[in-house]
This record gives sequence, structure tokens and C-alpha cells, in this order.
Amino acid sequence: MSKKMPSTPMLDELESGPWPSFVSGLKRLAEVDAKPHGAIMKSLLGQLEHSYQTRKGYWKGGTVGVFGYGAGVIPRFSEVAGQFPESSEFHTIRIMPAPGFFYDTKSLREMCDIWEEHGSGLIALHGQSGDIMFQGCRTDQVQPAWDKLNEMGFDMGGAGAGVRTAASCIGPARCEQACFDTLAAHRTVINDFTDDIHRPSLPYKMKFKFSGCANDCANATQRADVAILGTWKDDMQVNQTEVQAKVKQLGRKEFINQVIRMCPTQALGLNDDDTLDVDNKSCVRCMHCINVCTKALKPGKERGICILVGGKRTLKIGDLLGTVVVPFMKLESEDDFAALTDLCHRMLDFFADNALEHERTGEMIERIGLTNYLEGLELPLDVNMISQPRTNSYVRTDGWAEEVRKWNETKSGAAE
Amino acid sequence: MSELRRPIESGVPDSKQFMHPALVRNYGKWAWHDRPQPGVLRHVSESGEAVFTVKAGTQRQMDIFTVRRLCDIADAFCDGHIRFTIRSSVEFMTTDESKIKPLIERLEKEGFPVGGTGNSVGFISHTQGWLHCDIPGTDASGVVKAMMDELYSEFKNEEMPNRVKITTSCCQINCGGQGDIAINVQHTKPPVINHALVSGVCERPTVIARCPVAAIRPALVDGKPSLEVDEKKCVCCGACFPPCPPMQINDPIHSKIAIWVGGKHSSTRSKPMFHKLVAAGLPNNAPRWPEVAEVVKKILSTYKADARPWERMGEWIERIGWPRFFEMTELPFTKYHVDTWRGGRANLNASSHLHF
Ligand code: HEM
Ligand code: SF4
Ligand code: SF4
Ligand code: SF4
Ligand code: SF4
Repeated sequence: MSKKMPSTPMLDELESGPWPSFVSGLKRLAEVDAKPHGAIMKSLLGQLEHSYQTRKGYWKGGTVGVFGYGAGVIPRFSEVAGQFPESSEFHTIRIMPAPGFFYDTKSLREMCDIWEEHGSGLIALHGQSGDIMFQGCRTDQVQPAWDKLNEMGFDMGGAGAGVRTAASCIGPARCEQACFDTLAAHRTVINDFTDDIHRPSLPYKMKFKFSGCANDCANATQRADVAILGTWKDDMQVNQTEVQAKVKQLGRKEFINQVIRMCPTQALGLNDDDTLDVDNKSCVRCMHCINVCTKALKPGKERGICILVGGKRTLKIGDLLGTVVVPFMKLESEDDFAALTDLCHRMLDFFADNALEHERTGEMIERIGLTNYLEGLELPLDVNMISQPRTNSYVRTDGWAEEVRKWNETKSGAAE
Repeated sequence: MSELRRPIESGVPDSKQFMHPALVRNYGKWAWHDRPQPGVLRHVSESGEAVFTVKAGTQRQMDIFTVRRLCDIADAFCDGHIRFTIRSSVEFMTTDESKIKPLIERLEKEGFPVGGTGNSVGFISHTQGWLHCDIPGTDASGVVKAMMDELYSEFKNEEMPNRVKITTSCCQINCGGQGDIAINVQHTKPPVINHALVSGVCERPTVIARCPVAAIRPALVDGKPSLEVDEKKCVCCGACFPPCPPMQINDPIHSKIAIWVGGKHSSTRSKPMFHKLVAAGLPNNAPRWPEVAEVVKKILSTYKADARPWERMGEWIERIGWPRFFEMTELPFTKYHVDTWRGGRANLNASSHLHF
């Protein structure tokens, strides 16, 4: 006989209001007695209501995995299984979607069918980590569900102290502002790290994220240990006729307010004939003027990436933003992509060798100093890596002459 | 026992096999874009071909029936192609302009609000909370649903000075990332230790090493090895709880909600910024968190009324100054707003620049 729907007075309050309700979704799953998710979700609703009533969570971790991999399943066992037995095991399977979160309905429906048979029927599209999260699986169903998802052509995401699932903005698939192929870079880099995703053995997690320009739609700068952001080197592209049209549309005053005055480096001026004067040497490629004038302005043609390293959230020493370690690198040819992948491997190896346990890349760099990190990776020093030179005189400078020699060498190397 | 299947270590699949053919055709050849109306994007390629995108909100945590309904819509209007954004909105793309109106009507009819484009309040970035995490101080999906109900029209319209990204975090690890507004759990009492369990469950050196202020020491309690916390030092961050669940940090009364503002990831105009604490001590008042909603709405309406076009929350506050922010939002300013963490001195006013 089928069980009754649990009473959920608090959750019921989340069914009203105009925004789509996840509670209604949980109930839809709970109401189907013919599938395993009926019983699972009735129980889950009971436990969630209990959390709402008591204001406490009731999940604990454990060890659950699939054959051949050491990560990717987030085990969840209920601490109140006695009361809510059918959802006592409610594990999540993290699956990596295609870069940019593209699907065809055939694959999505197939995923739904698999999850209807083997899981709770609840899917998060997507976790903040960038994974498809198949939430709510009994231990004995993890392997069969995974087998089918894997056969579809999808692979497991990261968890624990390893390389994590990457994320990228939509990039050249549908954005004229993309300065590199975010989707190709994502796929090339991350698919070269599958071993470190599936068998985590690093001091702590390591994340790569890819955004095609300074707008950073993938939230890479703080949320990734390695943020790969698009930029350009030459002059931005200006269509002066379209600039004049934009001035006309906004009015001179508003164009000055919204475009000229908002440039962070005062690199813009409005000419008497309503064309734009761009001081490209002062422009920091921030994207603002391009965002406002989407028809008139574009990044330059000599495009590539910059790499910021060390972003992370609060645990343990406090939040850190990524900082520049590579100001510019082309990313077009196969060799360029190979060079990026190689650099990412060196970053990972250096992290694996030098970070303390549970230390992120940003914390490691803070501890050892940026210059040691650069030396370890054999990356050349660049003035773009600082916002200003040191302000504290307590530093030993007896290697000065040698450093000047290196700088001159780098400069003449670059001039060749 | 049957032979176990070895995984196919395929990594991420190629996106192009799933993309709308118009995106494949014009890959890397886009010329410009605009937004014909809130919720709709038009991208035009160098070839002149235009692709229209209709964007809609979802509940992110979706039952298979909802996913199938989205698939039905994609089959009817977009030749079976569908995409999600980083903030769990769904995007439908078509080259046929005449499909936009019926597509929007269908989405709205099925309960998916169309919007989230341009200078709107986007969908709130989610964490896990009581539904799935092992350490949460509150729920995430519930907070997000409650807030989005309140901010519904700001999602559907583009009336903000710039885009507003709101994030949630249901513990102080802060999965949610930086936000123009961040709604985060803030514990206010040290962990309560169940000494009987510690030696059995926790690797004590790991737990001690996890504490950011070195407040945890080994101790012998009732003859059993356990841990103790120097409660004067403890900053109630909860970092000891994941490696040692007997150090319970969550508390139905003392785990509060704090609001932070002015964070941003992008380097657009200003450099990326961390969000800053503006309100704390708000009750963890499930299922609708009205006290939190009130503060969020007050901050948003003040920003909406006062910021100049294109100023993100943090940029607006930098211009008007913090005294004016606290005055306009009528939020109390306390000693807890003064940063005492390492490097916190950089957040003090080292100038005679004053706002009156
Ligand atoms: C079910 C439990 C958990 C889930 C579902 C979860 C999920 C996540 C997700 C989705 C993010 C955001 C990732 C991103 O932006 O790429 C995140 C961030 C984070 N998680 Fe977890 N997490 C869980 C438990 C934990 C635990 C127990 C720890 C620590 C021991 C932890 C440490 C962190 C940290 C430090 C971040 C901050 C973001 C960063 O620095 O990259 N998480 N988590
Ligand atoms: S980060 Fe830049 S390139 Fe990528 S989608 Fe956003 S605006 Fe486009
Ligand atoms: S991209 Fe940014 S820095 Fe460069 S000119 Fe435009 S607004 Fe100024
Ligand atoms: S913010 Fe904390 S409690 Fe919430 S999902 Fe992330 S780790 Fe779990
Ligand atoms: S709550 Fe944070 S500060 Fe307090 S003992 Fe635990 S880790 Fe240390």
C-alpha cells in the first residue's frame, strides 16, 4: 500500500508566489507511487519539513562511490532515518555538462528517464560548481545510474581534494565580445585533467574557470584558483558611424555620462563631430564602453587570454581574489592550446608539491610570495602583475644588479 | 558477482553537438547584440543572420516533470535545443522572430518567468542548504524562492542601474561567491561539543588545523580524548564542523543571517570587489525569511533610486560613500562593521576625506 503524503505546513508556504516552486516539484515526484521516487520523495519532504520546523540540517557524509573513480558522488545519509527511512540514503551524483551548459532535448530526456528509474527524480541544473547534480540516490542505485549516464557520453565531476568541474561563459557560441574560444579552452584543458578529477590526491581542491572577456560571466576571478579571462592587445575596433548613432540615441549629455565618464582610466573622449576618441594606451580592456555601445565598439583583433591565479572564498585565511600571473597569451593555434594545457599542468604540479594540507593555491602564494610561485612555474615577471610597487622598505635588495640583468634580458628577448 | 564496468573517462562532451545549428553556423562570427525587450536577446552575426534568445527563470532544483516540460517547449520552438545559464536560467534560441511571442506566452503560461536580461535582478545563485548539504545553517532553495517571489518584477524588467547579482550561502564557507547582495548565514555562538563522540569520529589534529584563529585545543573530557574551544578567541565560523560533526555550530536561534553588499567578480569599469557586511543578526526565519527580504528590498530600492546608470552596487556606494549608504538605507552601523581580520586596516579611512 502506498504511504500518505507527509504533512508539510511550512514547506507548503513555499508553493505560493509567482516564482517556480521547488516544493511543488518535490511533491509532484512524491505523488507518483509507481516509481521509486514516490516513496523517496514523500520521506524527503518529511525530513525537509522537519529541518524547517527545527531549523537544522540532518545529513551526514560517508563513503559512496563508483567503480574506478575516487570522487564525484556526494554521499548523504540521514541522521533521522528512523523517522524518514525511504530517503535515508540520498546521495548526489555530479556529472559534467558540455561547456556552456548546452543540451539537446534528447539527452535531457534520457537523463530524466535514467533518474526516474534509479534516483529521486530531482535534478539541479546546475550546481554552482558547474555540475549537473543528480540529487537523491540510494547507495545500491548509484552504480547503475552512473553506468547509464556514462554510456550516454557524460563523465563524472570533481569533488574533494582534486581538480573540480570547470565552468565557462557562452563565449564565441553566442557572444561577439568573446576574446577566445572559452568552450574549446574549457574542454581542452579539463579533459587533460580527468585523472585529477576522478582520483583526487591534491592538498585541496583546484578549479579552472573560463570567461571570454573582463565581464567575467563565469564568475572566474574569485571562484576559480585559475581564472582564464579574455582580453586583447591592439586597439579596440570602433565603428564611428554607429558611435554617432548611439550619441544621437542617448543624447550627448547621457552619452558623456554613461560612456565617457564611466571609463575607469579616462581613456575616452567625445569629438566635436560626435565620434569617439580612444586613448588605447590608457584603456585597460574593462569592456564598459563596449557593453554600452554593442554595435559601435568591439575588442581589438589581436585577442588572447590573461590568467589570474589564487581566487577563493573565506576558508581559511579569508577571501582572496585571483591576481595576474600571465598578462597576455595567444590562444588560437593548436600549439597555443597545448601551451595553455602545459601551463595548467605546471600550476597543478607546483600546487601538489608545495601547498600545505587543505591550503588553496591563493593561500600558498600568499605564504610563499608571488615571485617564488613565478620562479617555480618559470613565468616571466611583468609589471601588469602589481597594482603598485612595494611601499614597505623592509626588503633585502642585494641581488638588484642580477635582477636588472634578467629584466633587460627579458626585454631584449621580447623585442626579437 | 557480475563484472564491474570500467568508467569511460571521456571528460566533458563537445558542446557543438547540442547547440542550435545557427550558433554552430555563426560560431565566433557574431557582430553585435541588443535586447528587443526584457527577457529577449538578439545576436546578429557578420553574415546578417539573427538569433533570438528568450530567457526564463527556473527553480533550479527541478523535478523530471519540469525538465520534460522545458524539453517540450524546446521541441516546439527551438528544434530541440536548450541551454542553461550559470545562474540556472533557461535559454531558448531560434532564428524565427515570429516564434518569440508565442514562446514567451507558453513559458509564462507554464510558470517560467521570462526575464533576467540586461539591468535586471538575475536569479539568485544557489547553494544547497537543508535539502542536501551536511553542514548548512539554513535552507538555500527556500531562501531563494522566498526572495525571488519578492523580486519577481525586478527579474522581469530591466529597471536597475546595472545588473544585480544576488548570492546565498547557508554556511560561512560561502559557496555562493561574491554578490551585489549576499545573503549568508552568520553563526553567533561557538560550537557545542558532544564530547562522547569526538574521539570516535574526528581526526583531532585535522580539526585543530582547520581553525582560522587557533582556538581549538586537545582536551581530556570524562577520561576520553576530546577537543575544547577557547570561546574568547572563537569567531564562530563553523570551519571545525565539517571535519568534526560533534562540534555542532548550527543553532536554531543563534545561527543568524547577515547581508553583505557590493561584491563583484567582473573587471568591468572597477576592479573586482569583495562584498562588505552591512547587516547581521537577522533571524533564520523559515519558511519565508521576511526580515531578510525587508533588508534586501530596502537596499535594492535605495540603489535603484540613487545609482547612476551602469553603476554596480559597490561602485554606487564608492561614489556616495558609506555614511550616506547607512543613512539612506537606515541600517544601523556597529562596531562589527569595522574590519578586525588580518589586513583589515586597509578598510579604515586613512585620509581626511569625510562625508557630511
Ligand atoms: C553537501 C555539501 C557541500 C556541497 C554540496 C558543496 C558545494 C559547493 C559548491 C557548489 C561550491 C561553489 C563552487 C564554485 O563556485 O565553483 C562550494 C564552494 C566551497 N566549498 Fe563546498 N560544498 C559542500 C560542503 C563543503 C565542505 C564540507 C567544505 C569544507 C570542508 C566545503 C568547502 C568549500 C569552500 C571553501 C568553498 C568556497 C568556494 C571556493 O573557495 O572555491 N564545502 N561548495
Ligand atoms: S564573459 Fe564576455 S565573452 Fe563571455 S559571455 Fe560574458 S560578455 Fe561574452
Ligand atoms: S574598455 Fe574600459 S578602459 Fe577601455 S576605453 Fe572602454 S571603458 Fe575605458
Ligand atoms: S554554503 Fe555551506 S552549507 Fe551551503 S551548500 Fe555550501 S557548504 Fe553547504
Ligand atoms: S567555529 Fe571557527 S573559530 Fe570557532 S573553534 Fe570552530 S573553527 Fe575555530
